[in-house]
Amino acid sequence: MDKLLLSRWFWWVLLLPLALALVRVVDTVFYDPSALGPDPAQALVDLFGTIALWFLCFVLLVTPLQALIKARWLLRQRRALGVACFCYALLHWLSYAGLLLEWQWQNLGQDLLKRPYIIVGFSAGLMLLLLAVTSNNGSVRALGRRWRVLHRLVYPAALLVLIHMFWVARSDYTEVVMYTVFVLLLLLQRWRNRATS
Amino acid sequence: MKALITNKLTEHSVTPEAVYLNRRQWLKASAVGAAGLLAPSMKAVEVAPGDDPAPPWLQSQNKQASPSSFSSTEKLTPYEYVTGYNNFYEFGTGKDDPEKYGQDFNPHPWQVTVSGLAEGTGTFDLEDLLKGLAVEERIYRLRCVEAWSMVIPWLGVPMAALLKRFKPLSGAQYVTFESVYRPEEMPGQRSFFGAIDYPYIEGLRMDEAMHPLTLMATGVYGRSLPNQNGAPLRLVVPWKYGFKSIKSIRKITFTDRAPQTTWQKSNAREYGFYANVNPAVDHPRWSQAEERRLPSTLFASNRVPTLPFNGYADAVGSLYRGMDLTKYY
Repeated sequence: MDKLLLSRWFWWVLLLPLALALVRVVDTVFYDPSALGPDPAQALVDLFGTIALWFLCFVLLVTPLQALIKARWLLRQRRALGVACFCYALLHWLSYAGLLLEWQWQNLGQDLLKRPYIIVGFSAGLMLLLLAVTSNNGSVRALGRRWRVLHRLVYPAALLVLIHMFWVARSDYTEVVMYTVFVLLLLLQRWRNRATS
Repeated sequence: MKALITNKLTEHSVTPEAVYLNRRQWLKASAVGAAGLLAPSMKAVEVAPGDDPAPPWLQSQNKQASPSSFSSTEKLTPYEYVTGYNNFYEFGTGKDDPEKYGQDFNPHPWQVTVSGLAEGTGTFDLEDLLKGLAVEERIYRLRCVEAWSMVIPWLGVPMAALLKRFKPLSGAQYVTFESVYRPEEMPGQRSFFGAIDYPYIEGLRMDEAMHPLTLMATGVYGRSLPNQNGAPLRLVVPWKYGFKSIKSIRKITFTDRAPQTTWQKSNAREYGFYANVNPAVDHPRWSQAEERRLPSTLFASNRVPTLPFNGYADAVGSLYRGMDLTKYY
């Protein structure tokens, strides 16, 4: 497949959730104030969090998937997927800090010091930030072998995200258990691969 | 039951619907339509949209509701949110699940079993249970433990009036309420990884249950309770977090000791027996100092300070005099 065409097609995959979210925001602001329910800011926080989580799962799926369907092109898109994951996680945080807390720094600071689920979520976000800013070609070249080591941070980040979700849930753990099983299976598969090779 | 109910239907001041609607139009015309400006003695609510599938006797009893001086004059949370944004985990944990998945639930006919330390125990038809009790409209603030709040026009009977019918014995210190258990109609009760034991159990100290503010709700917004709001019978205790206000009540038991409530069993550190609204005692995972009054918008999250006992401290504060509220949360 033409490389340019491929990357263009892939851009749409990365941006599609953002476009869908924007449609709902525009709908809420200009047409139907109830489009996102009575608590639209919370709805956006949840929405961006979920999208970020999907991209995180997608990133972790790339290696086993490309081995399975022999799709080298998929591997080349992995960094783009990771950066997208970070961008949606950033939108998740911005909607929480800006829309829910309205940039009340005192509340933001208190949450960050006192609330365990915020602490683990924020830490995961910082890890993703570090990975996102080292995802350009220059960083890959500059860091050499260390790049691979650094980018293993995605595993602890994923675990922190799952803990974040467990601590947010109030009673029903069905969803978070499903994501946890998915992530753990992927980690197990990698561990087995390393053990056998 | 026949012996218990002294069948005296009180004469309510029934306003014919046409007159009522005219009054509404006048209110709108004179630009004081906002509920916040209505005198508390005036009924704020016209009949809500949507069909009311409740049996005619219940509809008519609800329609005869009289206004209450306990009502708040704050702006009402719109009907679509009161009935579309709910925590009723029996139907699912999403806020829109109860409306979506609550429609297969069939609350009629309904019976309530009363047991324990009372003279008039037994199983009663809902109609007999409510017969002769005057329904009131009570506009209350509802503060969810998740730090959001609404203002809701309930219909219902004072809990004290209902409980007195069963002639509780002097040893009855607590009253326990139990929700319906019907996994075949309630998908949340079939959830595999749910951390909640069903049926849902809640309880009040006897003096809390008999307090004039405590309501046994039969309706909302001028109609009978929709399924997602706890049809056909639910508790409303406005000075406590919303989870105390147990829905779709099937059993009432008078006891001499406090029951283990559902949320206590699920997580005792986070949810106490009293669950009084208290801005000074944080939930372990979030602050209770403020709440977001719904609906909020994307650009105004409507944060307001949370008040002790949800603003009902003058009325109920004396119930807890001398108690350490950080210990008995």
